[in-house]
Amino acid sequence: MADMTANPSVARKASLPRINSRLVVMTLYLVFLMLPIYWLLNMSLKTNSEILNSFTLWPQNLTFANYATILTDASWYMGYVNSMIYVVMNTVISVAVALPAAYAFSRYHFMGDKHLFFWLLTNRMAPPAVFALPFFQLYSSVGLFDTHIAVALAHCLFNVPLAVWILEGFMRGVPKEIDETAYIDGYSFGRFFVKIFMPLIASGIGVAAFFCFMFSWVELLLSRTLTSVDAKPIAATMTRTVGASGIDWGVLAAAGVLTIVPGALVIYFVRNYIAKGFALGRV
Amino acid sequence: MQEKTVNHKAWFLVLPVLALVAFSAVIPLMTVVNYSVQDSFGNNQFFWAGLEWFREMLSEERMWNALGRQMAFSAIILAIEVPLGIFVALNMPKSGFWASFCLVVMSLPLLVPWNVVGTIWQIFGRVDIGLLGYTLDALGVNYNYTQDFISAWATLIVMDVWHWTSLVALLAYAGLQSIPDAYYQAAKIDQASRWKVFRYIELPKMMGVLMIAILLRFMDSFMIYTEPFVVTGGGPGNATTFLSIDLVKMALGQFDLGPAAAFSIMYFLVILAISWVFYTVMTNLDKREGK
Repeated sequence: MADMTANPSVARKASLPRINSRLVVMTLYLVFLMLPIYWLLNMSLKTNSEILNSFTLWPQNLTFANYATILTDASWYMGYVNSMIYVVMNTVISVAVALPAAYAFSRYHFMGDKHLFFWLLTNRMAPPAVFALPFFQLYSSVGLFDTHIAVALAHCLFNVPLAVWILEGFMRGVPKEIDETAYIDGYSFGRFFVKIFMPLIASGIGVAAFFCFMFSWVELLLSRTLTSVDAKPIAATMTRTVGASGIDWGVLAAAGVLTIVPGALVIYFVRNYIAKGFALGRV
Repeated sequence: MQEKTVNHKAWFLVLPVLALVAFSAVIPLMTVVNYSVQDSFGNNQFFWAGLEWFREMLSEERMWNALGRQMAFSAIILAIEVPLGIFVALNMPKSGFWASFCLVVMSLPLLVPWNVVGTIWQIFGRVDIGLLGYTLDALGVNYNYTQDFISAWATLIVMDVWHWTSLVALLAYAGLQSIPDAYYQAAKIDQASRWKVFRYIELPKMMGVLMIAILLRFMDSFMIYTEPFVVTGGGPGNATTFLSIDLVKMALGQFDLGPAAAFSIMYFLVILAISWVFYTVMTNLDKREGK
């Protein structure tokens, strides 16, 4: 990757005003992004009477009661646990089945490979709303309704194609000679794949896992349709609270803030790969 | 790209994916197809209805209206997010701490669960307790997203711009990073203007990733459900009832299986057709660049 810091051509002549305009644009944009999140955080630290009766830009009497409500009530915090369980299950399944498939796509030509690849992508395009009802019936009929594995499998619909695409992009960057050398050295396919190949694309696996995690975490329609009590995700727990008469704004805001935390924690580690992941490994 | 060898045994490596996707996509899709050609009077008794539901849905105002709203929404957000995303990418710091900082902050909205995105904007836009609604109200703007058509649309569009512009920006940024310095130096020797540098160097180099950005944004905006559902619930009236919202209403709310299934299939086909065009353009671009 070429770095553009050493690029004198564009900026040098009028460097001062240019840098300033950049700064202004970026500041405005980042403020635009952060304001709604700040407002949520702000509300989560207020009492309900302060939220409803006075308009304040920051909490006048700081309270953590909203967070305490969530973290001590099982019907709330089990939502997080349920979400975490099916998200992790989905990530493991998606990456595990995508690894060999991505290897096949990146290394070999085989009958119907191009069509298969596009067909996989079409699953990423399928509107979840189309699948909500059939999923409900399918998983009810096999007795998986309201289990974590049902949601995990349902999310494979869009996460497996995504994982295949991302991993294929990363695997293309690994020279083929490495495979051939390993086979000459007498490695079996399985041993080569686990011992040599997987460490080489470790960052790719990380990125694919991150994206599966992310898309499973943010999805609500399918996870809500497929669960009722035992595997109810946090997102669905939140919507029901909104529907109840007399919305508890403070708790709702606190629950929202807590759903942002996991993403915010992992994002730092993949910041340089996010674009590559979204570009399905094609940057 | 490296030369690939022909090996039909590679199919075995793809089998697990096939099995899984067959279970989670093909079987449900077949159920939908099944419903779309049958009629039921309850008791799980079904009758062959042929293409009746398709004919009915095609002649119904409701679907066309939802499709129209959907098209308008996707067109508007693409028209805003793509130029804005490119503009932001051009203004991002190139390296160092601030580049990382921008990347992290910009990615944040992408990782917020979609219903929380809805909740955030639902709160943010409220006239009594939200910063945006309160400020607009104080400025004398007639703003109320639950009752006013224009406010509801404006809120949803700004929300989507907030949520997804960073995706376009990140991809464009990645495209920009891959341009070698030599290109800019050549442009400088030729005394190319800023606009010409953008038009003839940066834009062509970004084209590949931009197509992906447009493809993703089109697909996802066309399937949008959760965010508008939480913020406006499809209202006021039917003003923001997009395709997915209408479909869920029909399938899970009224349990009109036949029409809903016919609707689903046509909905899917529209996305498929448009995405196929993008995909073909994208792979052709790839080939031309010799990737």
